[in-house]
Amino acid sequence: MPALIELSGIERIFYLGDSEVHALRHLELSIAAGEYVAVMGPSGSGKSTLLNLLGLLDHPNTGIYRLEGRDVTTLSPEEQARVRSERIGFVFQSFHLVPRLTAAENIALPMTLAGIEPAQRSKRVVQALKDYGLADRASHRPDQLSGGQRQRVAIARATIMQPAMILADEPTGNLDRATGEEVMRLLEELNQRGVTLIVVTHDITLGARARRQLLMEDGELRHDSKVKI
Amino acid sequence: MRTPDLIRFARDAATGNPLRTSLLVLAMAIGVAAVVVLTALGDGARLYVISQFSSLGTNLVIVLPGRSQTGGFNPGNAITSTPRDLTIDDAQALLRASAVHLVAPLAVGTSEISYGGKLREVMVAGTNAQFIEIRRLKLAQGRFLPDGDWRRGASEAVIGAKIRDELFGAESALGQLIRVGDRRFRVVGVMASTGQGLGMNTDELVIVPVALAQAMFNSNTLFRILIEANGREAIEAAKAQASEIIRQRHEGEEDVTIITQDAVLATFDKLLGTLTLAVAGIAAISLAVAGILVMNVMLVSVTQRTSEIGLLKALGATGATIRSAFLTEAAMLSLAGALLGYLLGQGGAALIRQLYPVFPAYPPDWAVFAGLGTALLTGILFGVLPARQAARLDPVQSLAKR
Repeated sequence: MPALIELSGIERIFYLGDSEVHALRHLELSIAAGEYVAVMGPSGSGKSTLLNLLGLLDHPNTGIYRLEGRDVTTLSPEEQARVRSERIGFVFQSFHLVPRLTAAENIALPMTLAGIEPAQRSKRVVQALKDYGLADRASHRPDQLSGGQRQRVAIARATIMQPAMILADEPTGNLDRATGEEVMRLLEELNQRGVTLIVVTHDITLGARARRQLLMEDGELRHDSKVKI
Repeated sequence: MRTPDLIRFARDAATGNPLRTSLLVLAMAIGVAAVVVLTALGDGARLYVISQFSSLGTNLVIVLPGRSQTGGFNPGNAITSTPRDLTIDDAQALLRASAVHLVAPLAVGTSEISYGGKLREVMVAGTNAQFIEIRRLKLAQGRFLPDGDWRRGASEAVIGAKIRDELFGAESALGQLIRVGDRRFRVVGVMASTGQGLGMNTDELVIVPVALAQAMFNSNTLFRILIEANGREAIEAAKAQASEIIRQRHEGEEDVTIITQDAVLATFDKLLGTLTLAVAGIAAISLAVAGILVMNVMLVSVTQRTSEIGLLKALGATGATIRSAFLTEAAMLSLAGALLGYLLGQGGAALIRQLYPVFPAYPPDWAVFAGLGTALLTGILFGVLPARQAARLDPVQSLAKR
């Protein structure tokens, strides 16, 4: 079975004025379907860039990214948008809910963008609201929800298209410990059901929960708990 | 993205910022309202002038004695310098022309009218039964002159509304005998009051058969011959035929002037039509300004919603989806503004009509469509740039923004 994610020879360079910043250096990485991976490292180590790259929001300067065996670096922007829509779910530190939309509308947003029938949309949203304990919050707007509820809406939104992987960037960063714990439990439940989970964090205890830890430093992969570098 | 979803999304985005939206809609509305009201004024002026001219009668051709020409030497003038007069026979001969529908001879003079010891000076018009139809006049009471031999005529008169009031007061005028000059006439009809208008005022007119009028003034000439052509397109033919008939009757001499009301009317029509266009053009400038405002507001909106755009991209929205979302929003705002402006403009035009009932201030259809169309077009056109900018945003940087 081919790996879900295969990165080979990835380089990402940012140009800040005259100076070059190597956000990612000759990265070689393989992640199998259903894995639970924590990407850790200090600020500026390139872990967010790696996550953006995996989510097709950013492009490597060189190297090949294979997602489910397909080279996605050469896809057109429209095709990449389609891959993001169908295969990838994002969870952000600051939730990134659309403030004028209700919880139900926010959850439905990826399906709306993908042009799914309203009848099917509402069926899946009702199920998702129930699954994430938000049934009585369906018509509340984000500013009427608690932090934990907001992140649950965001997770519901990330999973509504039944993606192959969830990319979470500091998902508990804006939450207190108890709520953060609850959110992590939700994400881990998803992983147990077969969804590949990749979490970026600089919280060591949070990272330790993952079955595989990647340690980034200065754009390089310093440590991989699965493979000896 | 499905179209209903796109529209709902754009609507929510627009109503999410009410102040911005209402200002934009207002600007667009003012532009469209300006177009509607100003063209209503311009076209109203045109219609007003046309209606005033039409009150003289439609498809009217008028024959005047004498040739009005400047310069040139007519051999006929060397022998007889005075033109021949127009006679009743001339008028009757015009009925032969195929393009002519009705003919009314007109002899005019002033005389005295008296009834029951009251006496006043009046304008007397001698004509025939067709006059009332050609001039589109209306009777208030009784009937008009009877149709019959133009060279004879019963001693019957139709008087103007003001003459009736002055001579008869509360009394009934119909059937009464009046004296005009040295003749007695029976009043058979009273003209409806026309009020102010271009041309002859029939309120102070006494209308009698043309033969009697000529006898009264001791002349056999006519002041005018009024012709109604068979239709608007027959006016030129009627003019040519009348000219030819009169020329043959006057030994080959062209000693009459024939004018058509249509020629005068067409000039005014063109002049005022151009004025309306010019006014519409000036009003359209405000629409262009509104369009630039749309662009500015949409650009600000793109900046404010940067992180939302980044999110939409992360959730799988293509550049095209984001572009159409912003374009739809710009189009909806423009449409709302255009509709509001249309209502405001129609309201303004209605107010003008209320204040000046004689002035038909209706915006022409073309101006309404042009106004609405221009508003939509500028809104969308000026929405393209912001929409493209939104679609091109880098998702990583957009998401990093709060």
